Amino acid sequence: MSYVFTIPGPLVELANNRREVRVSGRAQTVNDALSLLWRECPAVRDRVITERGEVRQHINIFVDGENIRDCGGLAAHTREGAEIVILPAVSGG
Amino acid sequence: MPKTKNVSPKRGETLLLVGTMKGAFIFRAKRHAWEMGGPYFPGSSVYAMAYDGKRIWAGPSSMHFGALLRSSDDFGKSWTNPEEANIKFPAKTDAALKNIWQIVVGEDGTMYCGVEPAALFVSNDTGITWKLNENLWNHPQRPKWVPGGGGLCLHTILLDPEERKRIRVAVSTAGMYVTEDGGKSWRPSNKGVRAEFLPDKYPEFGQCVHKVVQSKQQPDRMFLQNHWGLYRSDDRGESWKDVANGVPSDFGFAMAIHPEDADTAWIVPLEADMFRCTPEGKLRVYRTRNGGKKWQAMTKGLPQEDAYECVVRDAMHADARGVYFGTRSGKLFASNNEGKSWKTVIDGLPPVVCMKSAVV
Repeated sequence: MSYVFTIPGPLVELANNRREVRVSGRAQTVNDALSLLWRECPAVRDRVITERGEVRQHINIFVDGENIRDCGGLAAHTREGAEIVILPAVSGG
Repeated sequence: MPKTKNVSPKRGETLLLVGTMKGAFIFRAKRHAWEMGGPYFPGSSVYAMAYDGKRIWAGPSSMHFGALLRSSDDFGKSWTNPEEANIKFPAKTDAALKNIWQIVVGEDGTMYCGVEPAALFVSNDTGITWKLNENLWNHPQRPKWVPGGGGLCLHTILLDPEERKRIRVAVSTAGMYVTEDGGKSWRPSNKGVRAEFLPDKYPEFGQCVHKVVQSKQQPDRMFLQNHWGLYRSDDRGESWKDVANGVPSDFGFAMAIHPEDADTAWIVPLEADMFRCTPEGKLRVYRTRNGGKKWQAMTKGLPQEDAYECVVRDAMHADARGVYFGTRSGKLFASNNEGKSWKTVIDGLPPVVCMKSAVV
């Protein structure tokens, strides 16, 4: 099983300058898939997830185009080959 | 992203470390001007910076990607970017770091960070690993601490110049706490400091302390700028006496103490908590020369018309060479004659939230 992650621009350097990262392994949930990403790109983890294990407030994760906040969060089911996009929210100023 | 400038200070030169809501800047004092380095961490707020004699420390907090402690050994040309967040709450606390508010390096090399949510972290290996001070975190009064306008933050850390195990911290809004055994036990220490916003005006804890400073020469002497209230202590913070004599308001945030003269301190009064701007549209630094018996306005070189400025709690600093402060409107001022006159360092930075001076 493999998953394709899109890394947000400001974190690309922490993913060995890859905008897209393909990881292999078994994942039932988004959280499982992210764990595979952390293995490949450990420095990305703490920038996306807090020490409470929650997605940071101003980060959005989309699985096959759907924001995981609308479909079960990190526990949402993910399919083999899913495209997972990590994006900063529009918040800022 | 903006193009970053760098500075290469020489030994003996003065540096200003300036944290803003949109990044950090480093100013190097040249003979007749200031040279600017930055912006570093563009887009991140930087509420805490420090220089330990070799290394610059900063605590940038990205709205998106969280807060980290980072350091530079080459005056900002390069910064560490730790793979793992170096300041983290243990899982059992169910808390997550929001912001780094204060970085202090002790003479023995021990490092301290005050953070939001209000907590103290300590490092004994020059900032590589950090540990939560659980005794303060588990203090029985902590559940009653409440956030102020800037969040529930531990914003001030004072290491006693003579007694290594005595550390004083200030939390908004909880007041001051002191340990005399190196952090094993903590007690509130707010005697004489009022809480205008509570039914009991002089509670044991719960005051909204905005800044506390301590004399290095005479550690018994301290000054405190409160959310309403300007105080002096002559017993190392055990009790406080109101010294709001001759100030237009006893509300304010910023405060600095003279590095050698314990009777001299500077503040920037603000009109009120409901209008956090300099009174009468005049940007005035007030200085005392006699331990707060009288405060005098220092205005030369500062705008005295339509200047509705705000100087926040960590945006003022004094050293042997000067007094420095930055405003929320992005102006930096410096005085090399203890406040008698001021020169503009720069006008146009993002809102300034941190100012530290250092000699390289």
